[in-house]
Amino acid sequence: MSTVVLRGFGWRHAGRKAWAVRDVDLRIEHGERVLLLGPSGAGKSTLLAALAGLLPDDSGEQAGTIEIDGLDPRNARVGAATDAWFSGRRGEPGQRGVGIVFQDPQTQLVMARSGDDVAFGLENRGVPPAQIWPWVSDALDRVGFSYPITRSTAALSGGEAQRLALAGVLALRPGLLLLDEPTANLDPAGATLVRESLERSRDDATMILVEHRVAEALPLIDRVVVLEPGGGVRADGGPEMVFAAYGDRLADEGVWVPGFTIPPLKSATPATPDLVRAEQVTVAQRLAPVSLSVGAGEVLAVTGPNGAGKSTLALLLGGLLAPTGGRIHGFDDERPPHKWRAATLTGRIGSVFQNPEHQFVTSRVADELAVGPRRLGRSPAEVARTVEKLLERLRLSKLAGANPYTLSGGEARRLSVATALATAPRLLVLDEPTFGQDRRTWIELVTLLATLRDDGHGIVAVTHDDDFVQALADRTFPLGTVQPKQPLPRRRRS
Amino acid sequence: MILAAHPVADPSAPLARRNPVAKLAAALLFSLPLVATLDPLTPAIALAIELAVVPLFGVRYSTLARRAWPVLIASLGLLVTMVLFSATRTGTPLLDLGPFDVTTGVLISALGLVLRLFAVAIPGVLVFATTDPTDLADALVQNAKASPRFAIGALAAFRLLPLLGQEWQMLTLARRARGIDAGRNPLAAARLFVSTAFAMLVGALRRGGRLAVAMDARGFDSGLPRSYARRQIFRPADTALVVGALALSSLTLGITITLGLFRSII
Repeated sequence: MSTVVLRGFGWRHAGRKAWAVRDVDLRIEHGERVLLLGPSGAGKSTLLAALAGLLPDDSGEQAGTIEIDGLDPRNARVGAATDAWFSGRRGEPGQRGVGIVFQDPQTQLVMARSGDDVAFGLENRGVPPAQIWPWVSDALDRVGFSYPITRSTAALSGGEAQRLALAGVLALRPGLLLLDEPTANLDPAGATLVRESLERSRDDATMILVEHRVAEALPLIDRVVVLEPGGGVRADGGPEMVFAAYGDRLADEGVWVPGFTIPPLKSATPATPDLVRAEQVTVAQRLAPVSLSVGAGEVLAVTGPNGAGKSTLALLLGGLLAPTGGRIHGFDDERPPHKWRAATLTGRIGSVFQNPEHQFVTSRVADELAVGPRRLGRSPAEVARTVEKLLERLRLSKLAGANPYTLSGGEARRLSVATALATAPRLLVLDEPTFGQDRRTWIELVTLLATLRDDGHGIVAVTHDDDFVQALADRTFPLGTVQPKQPLPRRRRS
Repeated sequence: MILAAHPVADPSAPLARRNPVAKLAAALLFSLPLVATLDPLTPAIALAIELAVVPLFGVRYSTLARRAWPVLIASLGLLVTMVLFSATRTGTPLLDLGPFDVTTGVLISALGLVLRLFAVAIPGVLVFATTDPTDLADALVQNAKASPRFAIGALAAFRLLPLLGQEWQMLTLARRARGIDAGRNPLAAARLFVSTAFAMLVGALRRGGRLAVAMDARGFDSGLPRSYARRQIFRPADTALVVGALALSSLTLGITITLGLFRSII
């Protein structure tokens, strides 16, 4: 159990003009469970990194002080293995030090086998070998990890991997547990797994959770702290009190406050003839045969559990992958979309990938938007007009000169949608467009897609997001039958 | 990818069970004479010994052949290059292929090189086919006093390798979706390859950075002495393996020198 005290705390990353976080005065008593909120850019992640002792002295400038049980976090982390840590009864450690769980499970797991991964932190702290394995199985029990310790970490789903990452942190018996959007990279089923683990494993450790989806976080917390983007703490108190007083404003700023619904935006007119039609298309071991068509002026939502082949279907409809069976045709072309030249394809079908960074090919936002129209042979004046228009439409004008890789999650998503729109394709195929987005970006995306649909574009969205389906989909295509996930077929391996 | 594959051996085979560091040391010691002399006899003897001990590692010959196929391709390339472009064309002409005289001298030196390639590669293939990467890292730290920062760090990076394949595929598809393809233009294809590789590298560095932070947060390399959850012990049998490898490599070298075939590489 730890007590956290911040006095006038601020941090400015080296080489930046603006403070990432500043003027924070906060006292968190031991055993408290705090939800840390704030619009994107308010410095939540920086504050967590500082608490975890992950901001070295030379990586920026600090103002004020930050203390965990009277220690600087940078020392609390290492100091956790000193005598105090082993001072508990029967050789058990007292709860000391800080543990942190990040968003992406893939880059938190270190070892090839699940048990070894939990043991990794214990080895680092020099726990005697005889104690390591009992503590490992104890931590795995606490999070409800149901596989043997030899289970390969590569074979775990996102939710299971994140459970394992949590076990690796809990095994160290931290006095302060930090959770930096632990479910943001997970599908709903995976997110539920992790939340169950957090509820199961709740003990008297102090906890600070950063999470956009407030409704899901509420059962885990008893206090809400809202950071003000310009600096300082805007609100602090029980959830009811904070949301009653600041709910509207937080919702406007992008926080998913419970009770703020969005009116649906359905199509007023029926869809016109098919843009693309798929007949019994299948990809070996990825997608069972399906038939569907997409018309102009409709939003089609493809839903279904993980492993049903939703993303594969998006790649097929996007003309990016060749089916191993069945056929796809559209746009009055005899050849199937996957055989079209790339430039032809982007003029007809635009694809937006789940990870925006996969699609960036230049080092400036404005250049990124110019790539597509140039490949289509548009004149420089025309290209400039398109870029200008899209920057404005997707609120990216101020970022025209920025490097796409430095954008925030919401900005990167808007840019990736804008790049697909730059070539004015009739059909848009989006893979999890609203995944991990804050409420504000979410509303912008839904409104934009509704406008595009009403202008006569066809839209296919692969999604786990029920709110998105409710708000926008004119038709839903559920994919069933869970299959074991295989790599995309390309080369046979022995 | 030889390294990324899982061990394929019967783990209870007498030599597969040996300490990974001992196996690695034995492989290195045994390969030493092969890089000391240029004659074809030394690699031939070494290869014979290697093939004879393969069953002791619990590896089937068919598995070995599958694992060693890149070596097979390299050796074919070597053979063709030597036959076509070797400068010294001594010995009896065997075949007249226009400008290329295939002579006994050319064939013998080509054969020597191919044998050497196999003799050097097979011990490595055997070691990695019978060793779990985690065990290797543990043994390097515990028995060879390698720094955990290096050994465990490499192991963690190793875990991310298979992701690169998926990443490459997504990047390639995403480029097509952006309207970028090379068509039949080899120059454009090369440019596309470089830009995709660069994007993959950037992504890999970012992931590596995030992994490093996560490891840091769990106390890795914080200056405290680590304890070991999995104990790797260097037993007398492991010493015997290393000594045996040294003896066999001395024997090979001894035979070559006795027969007067030793041709120093220097």
